[in-house]
Amino acid sequence: MGLTFAASLADRGFDVSFELAAGETLAVLGPNGAGKSTLLNLVAGLLAPTAGRAHLDGAVLFDAGAGRRVLTEPRHRGVALLAQEALLFPHLTALENVAFGPRSRGDHRAAARTSALRWLERVGAEDLARRRPAQLSGGQAQRVAIARALAADPALLLLDEPLAALDVAVAPAVRALLRDVLAGRSAIIVTHDPLDAFLLADRVLILDGGRIVESGATAEVLTRPVTAFGARLAGLNLLPGRATAAGFTADNGLVAPSAEVFPTGRRLALTVRPGSVSVSRTTTAPAGVSGLEVEIDDVEHRGDVVRVHGAGLAADVTPATVVALGIAPGTRLFVGFRREDASIYPL
Amino acid sequence: MNTAVLPRWVVALAVVGGLFVVLPLVAMALRVDWPRFVPLVTSDSAQAALLLSLRTSLTATALCVLVGVPMALVLARTSFRGQRLVRSLVLLPLVLPPVVGGIALLYTFGRRGLLGSSLDALGVDIAFSTTAVVMSQAFVALPFLVLSLEGALRSVGTRYEAVGATLGAGRWTVLRRITLPLVLPALVSGAVLSFARALGEFGATLTFAGSLQGTTRTLPLEVYLQRETDPDAAVALSLVLVVVAVAVVGVAHRVRPLGSGTPAPPRVQNRAR
Repeated sequence: MGLTFAASLADRGFDVSFELAAGETLAVLGPNGAGKSTLLNLVAGLLAPTAGRAHLDGAVLFDAGAGRRVLTEPRHRGVALLAQEALLFPHLTALENVAFGPRSRGDHRAAARTSALRWLERVGAEDLARRRPAQLSGGQAQRVAIARALAADPALLLLDEPLAALDVAVAPAVRALLRDVLAGRSAIIVTHDPLDAFLLADRVLILDGGRIVESGATAEVLTRPVTAFGARLAGLNLLPGRATAAGFTADNGLVAPSAEVFPTGRRLALTVRPGSVSVSRTTTAPAGVSGLEVEIDDVEHRGDVVRVHGAGLAADVTPATVVALGIAPGTRLFVGFRREDASIYPL
Repeated sequence: MNTAVLPRWVVALAVVGGLFVVLPLVAMALRVDWPRFVPLVTSDSAQAALLLSLRTSLTATALCVLVGVPMALVLARTSFRGQRLVRSLVLLPLVLPPVVGGIALLYTFGRRGLLGSSLDALGVDIAFSTTAVVMSQAFVALPFLVLSLEGALRSVGTRYEAVGATLGAGRWTVLRRITLPLVLPALVSGAVLSFARALGEFGATLTFAGSLQGTTRTLPLEVYLQRETDPDAAVALSLVLVVVAVAVVGVAHRVRPLGSGTPAPPRVQNRAR
């Protein structure tokens, strides 16, 4: 049971397959144009694949390939889509919007109203029942849209960056609501915010260029990323390299001993938090520190710290350090970290 | 009025253009024989023409809605080979001289026309009947409805329809509960424009339906005929048509698109009273 999905779309270079257990929430992350929305549209039935097949709870969503072409209509898929914008029908009240799914399923007017009211209460929007979408704020509209999607009783809920269009002030409340209603429900959430993945999803899928580049349990992907994108999401430095006689040698020349022994030549990754990376004017590494001399190529302000980039490593330093060392793009500095702050694992 | 943002000559030319449109109407209004106005517009022939015009124009508008809505939906929501050509052909009556449309209808539905001979065998004779008036009017008015509705359908987009489908609504439910309500304002203004065009139809009607009092002589035909014998009656009836046209333009401008996100502006309360 749950969702099995495998599809390719020739003209978009999209080729993805994955499974989703019943009751599981999957976060799909990736840069713009990675194919995240394509994935949702294929599941929802708003886009047809060149080839592939998908089943939801045993029912066929699509089955296309040589000589076969089964495409279940969106309305028969049991899949509801919640987009970045609420897309409430502007000519209907909030209550009528929520009642739309039950009505379309064949419920009588009164029964549909009752279940619509129940869902509005569930999302804390019962007092908005009589309002038109034009009279709702962004957060209120998204609450009503969540109620509308759930009222259709979908076997699978698709969420396309549901918090992206909301004010930072209201997003946390809606995120909490989603966390609440997604518990135990099959859902796929497309997001660019790792916080959403952390708080809402059991598993993470990272897409790039129409393919899966990383997948696994949320905690696993975010603590041991294997791609630059995954590392950026997790807020980690990721140095790709190889196992050598010295332990680990990064592609940028950095050498670090490894507690675990890997066969020489094996592709490895080293990750370290930017907060654990320090900069100095020395040229040789102090004892217990791995690092190398790099040319600084970017300096950016991040709240109360300054993030300094060079040779693929980022270091968070205090503004005082920046002034004391005269750090600017082009400066040559020693960048290093204590060995126990880094972790090394195979790619 | 703030005109400082435009070069003066642009404003001057705009004023000339405005006068060009308004002045003839004023000139006509000045020629109205007011003491005889009511008897002139209520004479037997005038009444017959007015009633016939209203009856046929309303029927033609209903006909336009009946086939124009499906046409707009097909043009806006499907894609097929030769769609651009089909759209151009459908909109042709917009730019065709009406008299040419009348001739085309005559050679289609006239007694010796393409379909007319078969219809004649069935005992149906369309040319020079009230039915012919309605068909002439529908022929020239249809593009107005199709054009305004297709534009509205395209600007509303298919996103709401996609949401409806994922919520389990069938095609008919999506059309009835989402698509049509969303474009209702455009449908109303398109229908009003079609009605106005039908009411003013002259060339195609005269060619295809002729000018029989009470049967095919609509108000514009009556105006043209009276101009020869009783210019005062022609002017009075013209004024009636102008008043109807002004009302139509008023209605068409009032209707605002749905779903634009901004609340409708407050209604002006019976300004005339």
